[in-house]
Amino acid sequence: MVSVLAADVAARVTDPELPMLTLADLGVLRDVAVEDDTVVVTITPTYSGCPAMATMRDDLVRSLHEAGFAEVRVDVRLHPAWSSDDITDEGRRRLARAGISPPGPAPAHGPVALSLLPTRRTISCPRCGSDRAELTSEFGATACKALYRCADCLEPFEHVKEI
Amino acid sequence: MPVEPVEHDNAYEGLMGGNDAHWAFGTDFEDPLAGVDTTVPDGVDPADLAAYCLMLGDDALVLSHRLSEWCSNAPDLEEDIALANIALDLLGQARLLLARAAAADPACVPALPDGSPVPAEDALGFFRDDHGFRNVRLVEADNGDFGETIARLLVFSVWRMALLERLRGSRDAVLAAVAAKGVKETAYHRDFAGRWFLTLARGTDESRRRVLDGLARVWPTRAELFVTHDVERRVARAGVGVDPATLLEEADEVLGQVLSASGVERPGAAPLAGVSGRAGRDGLHTEALGRMLAMMQVVAREHPGGRW
Repeated sequence: MVSVLAADVAARVTDPELPMLTLADLGVLRDVAVEDDTVVVTITPTYSGCPAMATMRDDLVRSLHEAGFAEVRVDVRLHPAWSSDDITDEGRRRLARAGISPPGPAPAHGPVALSLLPTRRTISCPRCGSDRAELTSEFGATACKALYRCADCLEPFEHVKEI
Repeated sequence: MPVEPVEHDNAYEGLMGGNDAHWAFGTDFEDPLAGVDTTVPDGVDPADLAAYCLMLGDDALVLSHRLSEWCSNAPDLEEDIALANIALDLLGQARLLLARAAAADPACVPALPDGSPVPAEDALGFFRDDHGFRNVRLVEADNGDFGETIARLLVFSVWRMALLERLRGSRDAVLAAVAAKGVKETAYHRDFAGRWFLTLARGTDESRRRVLDGLARVWPTRAELFVTHDVERRVARAGVGVDPATLLEEADEVLGQVLSASGVERPGAAPLAGVSGRAGRDGLHTEALGRMLAMMQVVAREHPGGRW
């Protein structure tokens, strides 16, 4: 029962860089368990160098403290690695509503070929719905996003990369 | 809730409280391997595993620092952001690998004054001299211009991609997980470098001249990537590491694909010699590394007891 409550609190904590998403929507919240009197939350990084990990940990600890859980520990789980496929359907809807293009299916495992061509994606502009989006850069303001520009409404927008 | 008395003598006192949870962004380090099982697999020498993790971690750390030097200096904003992102991925890989080295063999971590709050991964990053670094010499050279940086990143990421793809099968669960994650990131790095190489080589006479000059400067340090160090031979035999000699065929093929699409001949320059067979993996480096570390480490070394 206690663990259900704790899991509920943890599931409502939002991502520091994508605040329209909860950590559960993003798929980085891997487990919430109670060991003796300690709530143990397990998270996984989106990218190896994701600088938001410390903030996620602090936000989880603070929310659980505020909900009355005195002892909280946040562990890291590296396997299986996070994939953009781990973003929930609700998370994808929330991204799109916030003007961020959600990721398509992640590439299959196995040897990765080098194409020397821009990554092909079926993308529509989250503002006007046009499918005439042009890639500006595979790298954006956070490790997980690419930059696009809509050729119809001319607005720039971000796209969560397939990984 | 009682209000803590405010300390006026030291403007930074309030930042140093034990509870970081009230900050919008954490002010403390977090252990990148918190809660991860770091037991060394049976039949593996912990010192060898640590040395191997330092090799792969130092490659990433040193190149990360070099790429971060592009921040605010790249040809345009998109490339500035791209290089900073790649540097950040490599820094993340380095943190995990240095932390894994420290967990495998704490003896590899430099001793710091009693009470120093510096975590092991930082002690390894900031308190080793150049002789303690085990990166290949390719990653430590000065950046040169954008063309040279692209040539270096291409050669490196083609090699590292081939390595990480194989390392996913490591018997060491931590290395396997770091590799599985790294493959996804490195695919983007290799793609970025490959496409820019092609663009520069097929661009103007000036851009072609520059990327070819860059490749010529990088080439003598490429061979070292595929030379098997004794540590690498042993960890490969133990099923936790990869013998880099086995990567040559694939790396040649992928690089050949880029060179061919770019209309560029494979350079013929001779490999940069070591000293009595010793090179980067043995801690024998070019002058460039010492100068880079002096910059990278100076603040941490000034304040070995500092909290950040």
